[in-house]
Amino acid sequence: MSTLLIIEQVLNGLQFGVMLFLMAAGLTLIFGVMGLINLAHGSLYMIGAFAAAAVAGATGSFVLALAAALAVAAIAGALIEMTVIRRLYGKAHLDQVLATFALILIFSEGTRWLFGSFPLFLEIPDYLSGPITLPGGIQYPLYRLALIAVGLLVGLGLWALIERTRIGIQIRAGENDREMIAALGVDIRLLYTLVFAIGAALAGLAGALVGAIQSVQVGMGEPVLILAFVVIVIGGIGSIKGAFIGALLVGMTDTLGGIFLPEVFKLFMEPGAATQTGSALASMAIYILMSLVLIWRPTGLFGARA
Amino acid sequence: MKKLLMATAALALGATTAFAETKIGMITTLSGGGAGLGIDVRDGFMMAIAQSGRDDIEVVIEDDQRKPDIAVQLADKMVQSERVDILTGIIWSNLAMAVIPSVTAQGKFYLSPNAGPSALAGQGCHQNYFNVAWQNDNLHEAAGAYANSAGYSNSFILAPNYPAGQDALTGYKRTFGGDLAGEVYTQLGQTDYAAEIAQIRASGADSVFFFLPGGMGISFLKQYADSGVDLPVVGPAFSFDQGILQAVGDAALGVVNTSQWNKDIDNPTNAAFVESFQAEFGRLPSLYASQGFDTANLILSALDKAEVSDADAFREALRAAEFDSTRGDFKFGPNHHPIQTIYAREVVKEGDVFTNKIIGVALENHADVYAADCKM
Repeated sequence: MSTLLIIEQVLNGLQFGVMLFLMAAGLTLIFGVMGLINLAHGSLYMIGAFAAAAVAGATGSFVLALAAALAVAAIAGALIEMTVIRRLYGKAHLDQVLATFALILIFSEGTRWLFGSFPLFLEIPDYLSGPITLPGGIQYPLYRLALIAVGLLVGLGLWALIERTRIGIQIRAGENDREMIAALGVDIRLLYTLVFAIGAALAGLAGALVGAIQSVQVGMGEPVLILAFVVIVIGGIGSIKGAFIGALLVGMTDTLGGIFLPEVFKLFMEPGAATQTGSALASMAIYILMSLVLIWRPTGLFGARA
Repeated sequence: MKKLLMATAALALGATTAFAETKIGMITTLSGGGAGLGIDVRDGFMMAIAQSGRDDIEVVIEDDQRKPDIAVQLADKMVQSERVDILTGIIWSNLAMAVIPSVTAQGKFYLSPNAGPSALAGQGCHQNYFNVAWQNDNLHEAAGAYANSAGYSNSFILAPNYPAGQDALTGYKRTFGGDLAGEVYTQLGQTDYAAEIAQIRASGADSVFFFLPGGMGISFLKQYADSGVDLPVVGPAFSFDQGILQAVGDAALGVVNTSQWNKDIDNPTNAAFVESFQAEFGRLPSLYASQGFDTANLILSALDKAEVSDADAFREALRAAEFDSTRGDFKFGPNHHPIQTIYAREVVKEGDVFTNKIIGVALENHADVYAADCKM
C-alpha cells in the first residue's frame, strides 16, 4: 500500500469528519444547552439538502442553493422549537425522543408529499468539480478539499461565537445553570430558539454540501444522525471542542478502518474471507471506539457532566 | 396506518356493489428510502389490473416500510383476516425471506415482482412460489458476461456487505473470466465512497463492477465522476433505473448496465406498456414497473384458465405463463424462476431525460444455477 493512497485516505477521513462535525455541533449544542435529545436533527439535514436542490434546480446557482439551505433549515428549526420543542424542555427524555421521532415521520412524509419519492438532483458547481493534483502527485477532488475548508471555517466561527461573544457567554451560562441565567434577566426562551436555529442551520448546511456528492432523498438524515450521536457521546455532551475532536476521530476511524482492517486480516487469512471479516469489523469500528472512550472516560473526552 | 383498498370495480365501472371473487394482497415499500421501487411495482401492477377491465379482482395494498417485522405482520393479517388468495409485491430479499416461506406453507400463492433470493430458488423452492422478475444473481452474471465480451481482464468489484451484495459478487465472478484487481464489501446504506474510489485508483484495474442499489449508487456514481478516475464501469440495472438516473445526471452517461427489460425492447406489449404508463403517471416506467405489470398480467392469464380455489389447475396455469410479457417471450424454469434474455444497456440522454438504450445481448435465455437443487 503506497504512501499516496494513505495520504488520500487521511484526507477522506478528514473530510468525512468535518462534515460530521457540522451535524454534531448543532446536536451537542442543543443537548448541552437545553438538555434536549433531538432525533429530528437528521430531518433538518434533509431539509437543507432538499432546499438546496430545489433552489439549485430553479436558479442554477450553488451559492444561492447553500444560502437557501441555511435559511430554510434555520427557519424550520426556529419554527419547530417554538411550536413543539418548547413544550418538551421540562419533560423526561423518553417524551422528547417520542415527540422528535414523530417529527422525523412528519418531515419525511411531508418532504415526500412535496417532492415525490424519487431522489433529487444536486450537482457540484463547475468551478469546484473535478480533481486537482496536490503536491506529491495526489489527485484529489477539489470539492472535497472545499468541504474540508468550509468545515474548518465553520468550526472556527463557532468557537469564536461561543468563546468570544456575548451570546456565547449566555449559551455557556445556560449550559451550566439555566435558572440562574434566567434570573439574571436573559431572555432564555429567545436564547433557546436562537441556539436551536443555529444548530438547525449547521445541519442544513451539511445536508446541502454533502447532497451535492450524494443522493438527495427522503430519509438521508437518519444514518448521519446516528453517527452524530456517536460523535457527541465520544466528545462529551455539550462540548463543541469535544464534537470537533470526536467527529475527526469517528471520520478517521471509519474511513481508515474500512481500508486497513481487510488488509490486516489478509496477512493471516485467505483474501475472500479477510475482506468479509475485515469489512464486518470495520463497520463496528466506531462503536468499538465509542466503548473504549466511554470505559476510559465515562462522560466522553470533554464532557462536563454524566 | 394508511390503508388503500382499491376495488377495481370502483375504478372501471364506478360501481361499488360488484362482488370481488379473487383477492390479491400486495405488500410493498411505499414509504422511506426505498419507496420509489415499491411505488413503481404498485403502479405497473395496478395499471395492468385496470387495463384488464375485470371487476372481480380486489387488490389490498399495504406498506411494509422496508421492515421485515412489519412485512410479516401484514402477511399474517392478509392471510388470516383479509383471506387473500395470492400475495405479491415485496421488493427486498430480506423481507421476502421473512414472508414467502410462511405464506406458501399456508397454501397461498406468492408471485415475486422483484426479490429473488437464492435460498428460495434452490433447496427452499416451493410449488406455490413464482418469481416473475429474476433470480438475484442473474443480472450480475450478465454483467460478468458483458465484461468478458467488452475485453475487460482485470476488474475491481464492490457491493454492500449483506446477502444480496454477496450474491452479486458471486454472480459476477461466476461468469467473469478475467482477474480481480480488488474485491471490496462496503457498508449497507453507505453514502461516501471516497475511500473505495481511492482504492480503485491505486488498484491498476481496467474496469469496475459495482452493485449499489438505490441511493448508494447515486452517491457512488457522482463521486466517481468527480474523482478523475475514468475506468469503464459496469453494473446491474438497479443503480440505473428510471427513478434514479435523473438524480445522478451526467455522471451516469455512457455507463453499461444489465437488465432483463428496457423500454426499447421491440414488441407490441412493451410499446403499449411504456406509452400508457407515461400517459397515466407522467414519467417513464422503470424495470420495477415492468415487473409489476408482468406479474399482474401473469395472474390475469392464469385466472382466465382456472379459479384460484382449484390450486393445482391454477398453479399449472401460472407455470404455463401464457401472457404477453413486456420482455417478449417469457417462460419459467423448473424452479419457477424465469429463463430469459438479459441485455446490456447504455445510459443515454434523450432530450432532457436520462434513460437507457439496449446495445446488445449479455446472456441469451439464461437460467439460474440453483434450479438443479430445487426438488418440487
